[in-house]
Amino acid sequence: MNNLAVEVENMGREFRTRGRSGGRQAVLKALDGIDLEIRPGELFGLLGPNGAGKTTLIKILCTLLLPTSGRALVSGIDVATEPHRVRERINMVSGGEHSGYGILTVREHLWLFSQLYGVPTRTARRRTDELLEALGLLAEADQKIAMLSTGMRQKMNLIRGFVCDPLILFLDEPTLGLDVQVAREVRTVIRSWLAASPEKTVLLTTHYMAEAEILCDRVAIISRGRVLACDTPENLKQRLDHEVVYRVETDLILEPGDPFRDVAGVRRFGAEHKAGAGTTRFMVIMDRGSEVTGVVERLERMGKQVRAVNRAEPSLEDVFLHIVGRTIGEDEDAPGH
Amino acid sequence: MKTRPATNLRAIWARSYVRIVGANRELSWVFFEIFLPLLNVSAYVFVYRALEAPPEYEGYVIIGGAMLAYWLNVLWSMASQFYWEKEMGNLELYLMAPISRVAILLGMAFGGMFMSSVRALAILAMGVFLFGVDFQVSSVGGLLGTFVITLVALYGLGMLLSSLFMLLGREGWHLSMVLQEPVYLASGFYFPVKFLGLTTAFVASLVPLTLGMDAMRQLAFPKASETALLAVHWEVGILALLAALFLWLAVRSLESMERRGRESGRLTLKWQ
Repeated sequence: MNNLAVEVENMGREFRTRGRSGGRQAVLKALDGIDLEIRPGELFGLLGPNGAGKTTLIKILCTLLLPTSGRALVSGIDVATEPHRVRERINMVSGGEHSGYGILTVREHLWLFSQLYGVPTRTARRRTDELLEALGLLAEADQKIAMLSTGMRQKMNLIRGFVCDPLILFLDEPTLGLDVQVAREVRTVIRSWLAASPEKTVLLTTHYMAEAEILCDRVAIISRGRVLACDTPENLKQRLDHEVVYRVETDLILEPGDPFRDVAGVRRFGAEHKAGAGTTRFMVIMDRGSEVTGVVERLERMGKQVRAVNRAEPSLEDVFLHIVGRTIGEDEDAPGH
Repeated sequence: MKTRPATNLRAIWARSYVRIVGANRELSWVFFEIFLPLLNVSAYVFVYRALEAPPEYEGYVIIGGAMLAYWLNVLWSMASQFYWEKEMGNLELYLMAPISRVAILLGMAFGGMFMSSVRALAILAMGVFLFGVDFQVSSVGGLLGTFVITLVALYGLGMLLSSLFMLLGREGWHLSMVLQEPVYLASGFYFPVKFLGLTTAFVASLVPLTLGMDAMRQLAFPKASETALLAVHWEVGILALLAALFLWLAVRSLESMERRGRESGRLTLKWQ
């Protein structure tokens, strides 16, 4: 038995889908030759846009799906052949999850799911109260879960993940749709849980760059079912040592495409987002030593007015653009295509 | 799949708790699950009275009405429950837990039996106190034993059906609809099943309620043996075999369906 928390070897997963009219079967390649090693005690991030295959990977590791090729070990145990042994060691929480029974209170809901892991009722109650307090949900403990807000519900889901004290916790977009404050509380609790039990491991998927950067010891960038890079956020950012990142703001919305393809020194261009009021922000990654004036001139020639140009320290977002070739906000068109 | 017995017992209790607590918190079920069915059963009693049928026929209706509660529970609160659990996002949490799938189904069964038993007792009480049905039970132990073995076989069938619902989508709902009404007729909820003809009655005996009700009627009303399908000991023996068969098939089928679901990705709602 190896001593890795998670080990994935050349794993693939395909889905067969049929059109609405029942036409020809299509094969969607959600994961394609994934290799991954996660060490015990790590908080590991899977970073990728929607449709990249993050959730598929998590579901395989949680024994809900089988890989179509390759293999995956959780705590040294094969998820395909010994799923029941894997299940004793894991738990998973998904962002936006609406599980549970509306008629139960928060406490009852958490007790119910703790029982599926054999946690003695007294222990479950103690842990539940501690976690409810840590996440500021103690006042709602006896409220029916049907009455909870999205943020409260997500906190409760997170507690469900912790209450059975798994060896490896899978968090699929745990802060999805949460406001900044709640997301911060959630991150704090995740960090505290790991700090309190160094032998535990967390695998977290996210498409929030800042979250991955703040939380994760190591990050794997995944796109179209493939792991494109895997390292610490710092090491990943060092990949941009030979490059400079500029954030540009214009007062007009840019057309689709890459208008800077032939501008000297430009390596990558990423449409960041519409900033409202007819303003667009985007980033340009250029060779170190190149002048940004070429970009400005090109914008002016296109009739765009440049409002601001700032040189930025490289972030994971820039790394993602550098590696994947587009920003994380741009969804995958379709896996495997 | 090897799982820890203590964890499975906890899971059974926890899952049944949802049903028991739900019943206590939403008391509207008393109206829908007890009062309305009483009206339905009363209608059949009045039909037999209008036809001047022998008095034991009113008793047959009462036993049929009481057992109907368990059939509906098996069909809608157990067999199809995996479909609803999947819709609610609970199924993946259950399947990811280190417990037997049978434990979850037993939890649903025991929880559901609570409500069904209240309904069944209400119908029996109505039979005795309102319609004056005279139960002449020849063997209380035999009657209770037959009742228990009928329920074991019936809930075994429910577990078998639930394995299908693990993968079915909306079509599972239609399957329940298709099964519900024909079984009212084929199992003889309100009349001795022998009147359907032996072939039909024996085919209908695949649903454990058919033989279970026939045996219970014989044990509760001496004249029922005149219209019985088989002698009680044969019916109980077949029920025991059905119980063992359905439970064995259910365990196998649950494992097989789960495997297929993991292969096809149909255990969860989203594939991504």
